[in-house]
Order: sequence, then structure tokens, then C-alpha cells
Amino acid sequence: MSSTCTNLCDDLVILNQWHAIAAIEDTSSAPSHTRLLGEQLTYCIVDETVRVCRSDADTLPLPVTCAYGYIWTCLGTPLPLFELPEYLESDRTNVCAASIGVRVSAPRAVENFLDMGHFPYVHTGILGEQPHTEVREYDVEVTEDTNEVIATRCRFYQPQAAAGAEGGMLVEYVYRVPHPYCSVLYKSCPDDESRMDVIALFVQPMDEINVRAHALVSVIDKNSAPIAIRMFQQTIFGQDKPILENQLPKKLPLDPRAETPIRADKSAIVYRRWLSKQGIRYGVIPAAA
Amino acid sequence: MNLQLAKQQWQPIAASTDLIPRHVFHAQLFGRELAVWRADDGHVNAWENRCLHRGVRLSIGINDGRELVCQYHGWRYANRTAGCTYIPAHPADAPARTICNNQYPVIEKDGLIWSCMADDQPEYSSTGFLSGEKLVLRSIPVNATVDVLLEQLTDHADNRDNINLQSTNPHATHVSLSINDQHDNHQIDFFLQPVDSHRTVIRAILSGVQSNTNESDKLHNLYRYNTTLTEIRELAENEMQRLETPEPWEVVIKPVSELLAHMPEASNRANGLLRVKVASTDNTATAIKSLELVSIEDQLPTFHAGAHIDVHLPNGLIRQYSLTNAPGQTDRYIIGVKRESHSSGGSSYIHDSLKIDDVIAISAPRNNFPLRRDAVKTILIAGGIGITPLLSMATAMHHSAQPFQLHYFVQGEDHQAFSEVLSRFETSLIVHTALDPAETQSRLNEILQDYQDAHHVYVCGPGPMLDATRSIAEKNHWPDNSVHFEYFKNTQTQDDTVPFTVSLARSGLTLQVPSGRTLLEVLRENNVDLPSSCEQGACGTCRVAVTAGEPLHQDVYLSHTEQQRGDCMMTCVSRAKTDSLTLDI
Repeated sequence: MSSTCTNLCDDLVILNQWHAIAAIEDTSSAPSHTRLLGEQLTYCIVDETVRVCRSDADTLPLPVTCAYGYIWTCLGTPLPLFELPEYLESDRTNVCAASIGVRVSAPRAVENFLDMGHFPYVHTGILGEQPHTEVREYDVEVTEDTNEVIATRCRFYQPQAAAGAEGGMLVEYVYRVPHPYCSVLYKSCPDDESRMDVIALFVQPMDEINVRAHALVSVIDKNSAPIAIRMFQQTIFGQDKPILENQLPKKLPLDPRAETPIRADKSAIVYRRWLSKQGIRYGVIPAAA
Repeated sequence: MNLQLAKQQWQPIAASTDLIPRHVFHAQLFGRELAVWRADDGHVNAWENRCLHRGVRLSIGINDGRELVCQYHGWRYANRTAGCTYIPAHPADAPARTICNNQYPVIEKDGLIWSCMADDQPEYSSTGFLSGEKLVLRSIPVNATVDVLLEQLTDHADNRDNINLQSTNPHATHVSLSINDQHDNHQIDFFLQPVDSHRTVIRAILSGVQSNTNESDKLHNLYRYNTTLTEIRELAENEMQRLETPEPWEVVIKPVSELLAHMPEASNRANGLLRVKVASTDNTATAIKSLELVSIEDQLPTFHAGAHIDVHLPNGLIRQYSLTNAPGQTDRYIIGVKRESHSSGGSSYIHDSLKIDDVIAISAPRNNFPLRRDAVKTILIAGGIGITPLLSMATAMHHSAQPFQLHYFVQGEDHQAFSEVLSRFETSLIVHTALDPAETQSRLNEILQDYQDAHHVYVCGPGPMLDATRSIAEKNHWPDNSVHFEYFKNTQTQDDTVPFTVSLARSGLTLQVPSGRTLLEVLRENNVDLPSSCEQGACGTCRVAVTAGEPLHQDVYLSHTEQQRGDCMMTCVSRAKTDSLTLDI
């Protein structure tokens, strides 16, 4: 089986999205190369201006937006990028924490991000720990105004909820899926009960079955150095990677009979239906009509 | 190779030596990936290499000797049945549905593991090997088609005087060569395993080895053939360079059943009887007999710790007994039966009349007393024969190295059943012998002293002991949902005098339940099929959801909290406090 997928994307919903391709801070005036939706791209920052273009010819520059610490581009006609207002709050530490290649489709990576049940098995001792394996009932809906998937009242036992916390506790999460390939997680903040820490996942579809997963961490934490946040996030991604790379098929199957959902998978079920409803075909195996 | 014909035949997928203890071997045949693993009882499983839940390869899972555990969410699948025995995300539920992985037929013969992808497999027949010892050669994976390899092997034979081609099989995956030189008369049988359209594993068996051949000569032979096969691999891969690589074979994975495609709400409702044979019996303690039941037809179904079966005795009586062996031990069911002093013919029949090799009917296992495996501390309390479901739980936890305490209250040492199994638990087992009721209560009080979050207690035994345990637990601030119990029988007085009306929300029926009749009887008369087992409010099988009205609970199955909630009831004994009830059936 070939390890990369050379088909060009003809899925308009995905073509017209902004996709994160690199952290701004990792980009210099020297041209760098990456892939997006099967196409080779070259990007650089010259005179404080970000330039992204297709590598194969002297084509016109592609649309660019800089947001949430990353460079975003679009191969179609871009729709507005989703809002992440917390990023601008002045007392937050924003860290571009990781960019990691994973041989899997973008929707599989997003679904893994939404999943709490794997914490005790894949992120043992960090995000979960046996025997605390229960996924409690939570709520999921698709918002009418912004058409996002939102999961609320998600609670999971975490062995060490925060640095310096003693013993485990139930941590509360809220998940948003504002973009087919991006998800944002809000997590109760140990320092300030009224606010939430934010971890955002921006998945760059290099092709249908290869991605780079970019993480933005935005925390109200005066004590954690960016390097510590980066190490933490890279450990988590490093634990997910071998699992995701062993998922079969690599594209996300949207046929309900392809896999066996349980109540804990509510958010995944809603996410799959939401993808189906938008007619997305890239990175998924559409359900038979 | 004729692909269609080859798929009808047994093909090798691994060598016996690949299946080392507690390992999962990743095999592939006709493009299909297989997770192949040997359980501690020697049984070899060949399963679709994919957890049914989220498609993660089971070949990266954990073989614990009885069950295969998926790395992603810890789902456990039983040896032999491939049935799911535990879903950690919902630890309070016995897996509600019959979730079962796809499995493929397996035979272990002549040092290799064989499988067949046809719906109707032919009988396996061994190739005509030469007599003497057989040596399985090291398998050689080759990036080449079966046809190219076959050509290289036969060319090799044609170019050597001492090698003769004896036969190939009709679908052309098997070649037999004879080798005659001054020392040896050998035969090599090559089985070309079609891994994918362009990948093949050469498996070979050398026969005719003299049994007095010394080890270094054997080793020399293995080296020699290995060198030759490595050369053949190079020739075949070079040949492939000249050819166009064929498209990989398409693999269709069977979809899960319609029932499994949606989020579950229903509970396990297994019907139908199984025929089993009494394989052995043992008088394991005074007045307690254990029976080992094995299937005479199909594979026994998967079960979960805490499950019970209905035993249909030849004299027409039906009795419930807990399974004492651990989930994953699916080659037999072991039950323990106490001779009741006032037996109405159930336990006395089993003790006096049931013999080895007798055939009896049993129900599929039901579990209304499931073991959560997400507890920080698990206390098991058994009174007398109440040890049976707890033995299964203890064995399961012991096997997966989860801590637990098993308190076993017995009248005297000679009443202690299943001593051999119990002895394995070492310090986790605490036996309390010959205590009077007051002493038992104070001992229970000590055991249940220190409740903390995620502690769970499971208790099974005589009614008075259960009542005492529950009230002591309550006094010590154990929440209801941490106290799990199973009564043998319901000794409460039943009031069936007041008539009431039931509306069935889903079937659209309204029925009258007169005095002297049970709700279950009335439902059955009106063709509403509901599973039941003990029919005295102890086992929980006939539970239904109540959507309106207030039930009059007369069972010993539901906890106080569940009874107060009033959203479900046991149709075999419970009735209505209000004039009418609405049921979700």
C-alpha cells in the first residue's frame, strides 16, 4: 500500500477552509516546504510579510492569514476563520506547543482529540489512570448560529490535574469543533476557577491520510515556562501517534456500521454526522447513499 | 496462482513458534490483516486485526492469556468466542450487546498455523511428508507475487541434478521438491503464503530428517536452505523490478450488525437454550458439588464476572447458578451447587441423580451482578455458597493483578468450597470460620469501616447476612451505588391482592393485572415476550423501565435508591402503588 496519497483535493468544503501550515515563530526568510491537500507548498517571511505559494511553478501567492500563532493558507476561496477570542486576553501565555506528523486522516486525529475514554490507556498517569476509566454522561450539540459541534459537561478523572495538585480529581472539559479539521478544548483552570485553559488542535491535511497536528496552548499560568508546556504537549502527541497510525482504515468511516459506538462516543457520533451533513469527502469514507 | 481456488484452501499464516506465550502475532493473508494469538489454554485465535470500536489494530494489543485487550480504550475480548467481555468507559454495565470480533478458522498442524478464508472450509489434510522428523524452515517474506516465486523455485529445481520437482497443487501455492545427495534423502514442501497481491511469505517444511541426526547437522541443514531461499528471494525481487506491481487486493471488512451501529440503550437479553454436557463433578465441600459443563454443539457464549445461567434439569425444574470461572475461560462453565435441606427437587437432583456425561440445557449467561473494574478498592463478601459469583470476580481481578479482598464466611473448614482456586489468592483471601450472627455483624463492621471514593463492595450470601451487610454499609456511609448484592432468593412476603392497570408505551397496549396474578404472567398472556429467570424478584432479569406511575417494589434486586427513583421495576413480583403504570415496552 502506498504511504502517501497523491490525489488532489476536489472537496470544495475543505478547499475553501483555512489550514494551518506552520508556527509563525518557526518560520524565517529562508524558504520552507510543506504539503497541503496533496500539493507542495513553499513559505517564508520576508520583511514581516508571510508569503505562501505552490512550489511547482511561479504561480500567484496563495491567500495568507496569521492567527493564533500559526500561518494559515487556503487553496480555494477562503471562508472566515473561526473565532478564538481567548487568544487575545492579555494575561494568557500562548505557546505554539507542537507540530507533529502523523500517518492518519485529519478527521481521525480530531476524533481522537475529542475522546476521553483513551486517557487511562494511552496517556497513563497524565490525563488518566486505571482503574478510573469511566466516561460520565455528557452533552453534545451542534450550535445553530455558528454550526459548531460543542460537547459540554465532560468530566474525567485525572491523576494529576495540575502541577502541584495532590491526588487525582475530576476535571471538567468543554470541546468545540468549529472547523472540520480543528478542535478547541477548554479545561478548568487550576489557578482561576472562573476561567478556562485552552488547548487548540489545528490539523494540517498534508494529504488524505497524512497530517501534521499543530497545537496551541493558551493558559493562565504564571508558573509554567513555555518549554515545560511544549514538553508536556509533545509527550501527549507522542503517545497518541502510534495509536492513530494503527487505526484501520486510515480515513474516517462515516457509515454507522463501520465501527461500534458506545455512549462515551457521543461527541464522535455527532462529529461524524456533522461531517456527513456538510458533504465532506476528503479524509473520510462517505456512508453509502 | 488461481486466486479463487487458493482462497478455498487452507493457507499458512504463521509458524507455531511465532505464537509465543502472551504475544499477538500480526499475520496477513490475501491482503487481510489478522491478529493471531495463543491463549494460556493453548487455543489459537485468528481475528480481524481491528478492534470493533475504533479500528485500532489488535496486534498491538495485550494478550493476557485469556483475553485480548485493545490498547486504545481497554476493550477486552475473550479467547475462543472473540466476544467483548468488558468496556472500561462504562464500568457499571456488563457489555450490553453481543459485540463480537470477526474471527477466521484456524488449524495448527505440522508446525504451522493455517487459516482458510472460504465460508465452507474443506477438511484439512496433511501433505504427504516423508517419515522421520520434520523441520520447519525460517519463513522468508518476499516482495514478489506467488507466481514469480513459484517460477524461481521450479527453475532452481530444474537447474540442479539432485533436486526433483515432485508436485504442485492445482491452485499453485504449494511445491514439493525431493532432494537426494550422497548423505540425505529429503523432501521440502514449500507453502507460498499469499500475503498480498505482490507480497508472499515462503514457508517450508523439511521432512525425511533421520531422527538420529545430531543438532549441529540439523542446524547446518537449516543454514543451507536459508542461504538458498535468500538467493531465491533476491532473484524473485529482481524479476519483480521488470514487472508492473499489481494493485493491492481489496479487502472488505464485514460491517457490524445494524443493532451495533447505534448507541446502545438496551440491556443484554439473551434467549435460546444451549445444550451442555457434564464433563466432571467434584464434591468440593460438605454438601457442595461443583459441575464442569462443556458445550456439545457450539462455542459457549462470552460471559462477564458475576453472570449466572438458568439450568433446566431433566425433571423439569429450572434453577439459577452463578458461573465461578473467569471471563475469557470460555471452554467450560463451572458452577457450584449446594444441597438445600428442604430441596424441592433442584439441588437434590443435581447431587443425587446428575452424572458425568449427562446432557442438560442451560440458558445463555445473564449478568445482573456485574463487576466494575474501575474501583480503587474492591471488597468481596461471600456467605457460604454465595462464594460462587465472587469466585469469578476474584479470579478475573487476580488474573489482571488488580487488588481485592475476598472475605469468605463459612460454618466450618469442611464447608469451604473451591479451596484449590481460593488458595491462589493468598493474602487477598480472608476466611471467617464459625461465627455467630453477632460476631459476623461485628466482623462486617470492621470490614466496611473506612469508605472512600471509588471503593466498591460486592456481597452474596444468605438473606439475613445480605440485609446486615447492606445496613452496616449504609451506617458506614457507603453510597448505594457502591454496594452491589445478589440474593439467592426473595424471602419477603409478597402482596398480590391489589389490581392495577398497565399501559405499554411502545406496544400501545393497556392491560389489567388482577389480584392473584403477576404482571409478568399478564404480559406473557398478551404475547409480550420478556426474559425472566428466577421469577421471585432476586435476579433482575425481568426488569423494565417505568415512565409513569409509582411501582410497589417487592423485589430484593434493586437498591433502595433505585427503588425510590421508581423508574424501573421487576415484573415478576412488583406491582403498583398508583392505579396505573406506564412501562417502556
